[in-house]
Amino acid sequence: MKNRNIPKKLQDNLITIGIVVVCYILVMILSATGLLSNLLQGLLVPLCAYIILAVSLNLTVGILGELSLGHAGFMCVGAFTSAFFSKCMENTITFAPVRFFLALLIGGLCAALIGFLIGMPVLRLKGDYLAIVTLAFGEIIKNIMNVLFIGRDSHGFHFSMKDSLSLGLEEGGDVIINGAQGITGTPKDSNFTIGVILIVLTLLIVLNLINSRDGRAIMSIRDNLIASESIGIHITKYKLMAFTISAALAGIAGVLYSHNLNSLMATPKNFGYNMSIMILVFVVLGGIGNIRGSVIAAVILTLLPELLRGLNDYRMLIYSIVLIVMMLYNWAPNMIALRKKAANRFGRKKEVA
Amino acid sequence: MALLEVKNLSISFGGLRAVDDFNVSIEKGQLYGLIGPNGAGKTTVFNLLTGVYQPDEGFIHLDGEDITRLKTIEINQAGIARTFQNIRLFKELSVLDNVKVGLHNKYHYSTVEGLLRLPRYFQMEKKMDERAMELLKVFDLDGEADYLASNLPYGKQRKLEIARALATDPKLLLLDEPAAGMNPNETKELMETIRFVRDHFDMTILLIEHDMKLVAGICEELTVLNFGKILTQGKTSDVLHDPEVITAYLGE
Ligand SMILES: Nc1ncnc2c1ncn2[C@@H]1O[C@H](COP(=O)(O)OP(=O)(O)O)[C@@H](O)[C@H]1O
Ligand SMILES: [Mg+2]
Repeated sequence: MKNRNIPKKLQDNLITIGIVVVCYILVMILSATGLLSNLLQGLLVPLCAYIILAVSLNLTVGILGELSLGHAGFMCVGAFTSAFFSKCMENTITFAPVRFFLALLIGGLCAALIGFLIGMPVLRLKGDYLAIVTLAFGEIIKNIMNVLFIGRDSHGFHFSMKDSLSLGLEEGGDVIINGAQGITGTPKDSNFTIGVILIVLTLLIVLNLINSRDGRAIMSIRDNLIASESIGIHITKYKLMAFTISAALAGIAGVLYSHNLNSLMATPKNFGYNMSIMILVFVVLGGIGNIRGSVIAAVILTLLPELLRGLNDYRMLIYSIVLIVMMLYNWAPNMIALRKKAANRFGRKKEVA
Repeated sequence: MALLEVKNLSISFGGLRAVDDFNVSIEKGQLYGLIGPNGAGKTTVFNLLTGVYQPDEGFIHLDGEDITRLKTIEINQAGIARTFQNIRLFKELSVLDNVKVGLHNKYHYSTVEGLLRLPRYFQMEKKMDERAMELLKVFDLDGEADYLASNLPYGKQRKLEIARALATDPKLLLLDEPAAGMNPNETKELMETIRFVRDHFDMTILLIEHDMKLVAGICEELTVLNFGKILTQGKTSDVLHDPEVITAYLGE
C-alpha cells in the first residue's frame, strides 16, 4: 500500500513555499528596475518578520488551539537578546553571517526558554488562562525593556534598573542597553533575502510539524482533549512543545527585525499589545489553522495601507472593506460551505493545513 | 485469573453516591454488558476504570496489575481503551489521522526526524498508514480514509471511535452505548462488528448499552446497576429473566 496522505500534503506545502519564492523573485525584479518606492523597500524586512510571527502564532492559536495575546513579547525577547549579543560581538566576530547565525540561535533559544517557563505552569491548567498570562507577559517584558540599563567596561557588565549613570561605568565604557532609548547601532546583519530564507524555514518547520506524529498529537488535543488523553497522548508535553516552538519562531522574527534597525526601542507600537493583536488579526483573517492564509493575510494587511497611500481619502475605507471581505471569505458559513463544495469538485475532501 | 478484577469501587459527588460498592470480574475474551436506567452510574464506572475520576474506595486490577489511581494515559498504556457516550472524535482531522493518533505510542520517531523528514519518518508513517488502513477496513471505513471525521455519518463516527480505541492495542475495550442513535439495521451490523472484533483481535469487551436486543444478542454476562448499586449480576439469560430487573428497569 502506498503512503496515501504524504504526496498530497507535500504538494500543498510546496505550493505555499512556492508562493513565497515567486513573490520574492517578483520583489527582486521590481527592486532592480527601480519600481519599488523607498517606503516599500523599508517595509520588506518588517514584513518578513510579521509573516514569521503570523505563522508561528497560528501554531499556537490554530494548531494547538490556545489563545496567546502576547506574541509580540516573544519577538521582543528575541530582538533584544540578539541585538545585545550582536552589539557586544560586533568587533569580536567580524564575519556578519556567522554573527547573525549565532544571533538567531540566541534570540530563538531565549524566546523558547521564556515560552517554556510560561507554558509550564499555565498549560497544565484547563481553561483560557494562557490568554491572560501571555497578555500580562507581553506588557511586562516591554516595560522591563524600557527601564533596563546594561553597560560594559573593562570590569565586565554592569546592570541597573534606574538610569545609565548608576551603571557606574568607568571612562571608555559604553552603554549597550539604554533604557527607553533601547539599543542603538546594532549591526545591520539582516536583509530581505535573509528574511525570505527565514520565512521558508519557518514554513518548513511548522508544516512538517503539523504533518508528523507530534503534530497529530497536538491537533488531537485541540480537537478533543479528553479523547486525546484516553488514547495515551501526553497532553502537557505536546502543548508545551507547540507553544515553545511557536515562541522560538517569534524570537527569530525578533532577531530579523532588530538587525534591520538602527535603533531598537520597545514601544507599544512594535512590541506591545497593539502588535500582538495585529498579528492575531493576521491569523484570524487568514484563517485559524490555515498556514498559507496567515502568510497571505500578513502580506496584504501590511502592504495595503502603504499601497493605498496615494488614495489618501479612501485609504481606510478600502482597508476596512478588505478586512470585511477577508473575514467573510474565511468565516461566513455560506462561504465555507461554498468553498467546501468547490474543493470537493476538484477532488479534494480535506481542508489544507 | 480474571483480566479485569474490580472490588468495592465507590465514588461520591457531593452527597450523591454515584457508584456504590461496585464489583466485577471479567475473564479474558469475554463480552460483558453493563446495563441500567439513565443516571444509574454506568458511565461513571467507565470514568473510574479509565482514571478520569479517582475512586473514594476500592481497587482495579488489570491482568494482575494494580491500576487503581493511575493517570488516564497510564491506564491506556496498561491496556484499557474506550469510546464515549457522546462521540469524541478529532473532528478536524481526517478519518485516517484519527486512527493514527491512536497508534501514537506504538510507532515512534523523534520530533527532529519528523521535522527534517529523515528516512525513519517515511518508514514509520508508512507502517502507521498500513496499520491504520487495516483497522479502518475492519469497520468498512477504508473508503472514507481521507474524509474529515466530522463529515462522516453518525453511525460511522461511532465505528471510527472503536477503530481509534483499538489502535492503542488494548487488552480491554470499553464501549459506552455504541448503538445509541443507530437504526435497527446499523445496530445489527454493529453487533456483527463487535463480535468480529472480539474474535479477530482476541479482545475482551465491556459495553454499556440500552438496546436490549444487542445486549441479549452478544453479551455473555451482565451486571445491572441501579442508583449506583449492583442490582444483579450473572449469565445474560438469567439476569434478563430476573423479576427484580424487570420491575426496576425493563418494566418501566
Ligand atoms: N462529574 C460529576 N459531578 C457530579 N455528578 C456527576 C458527575 N458525573 C456523574 N454524575 C452523576 O452521577 C450519576 C450517574 O451518572 P452516569 O454515570 O453518567 O449515569 P449513566 O451513564 O448510567 O446514565 C448521575 O446522577 C450524574 O448526574
Ligand atoms: Mg452514560
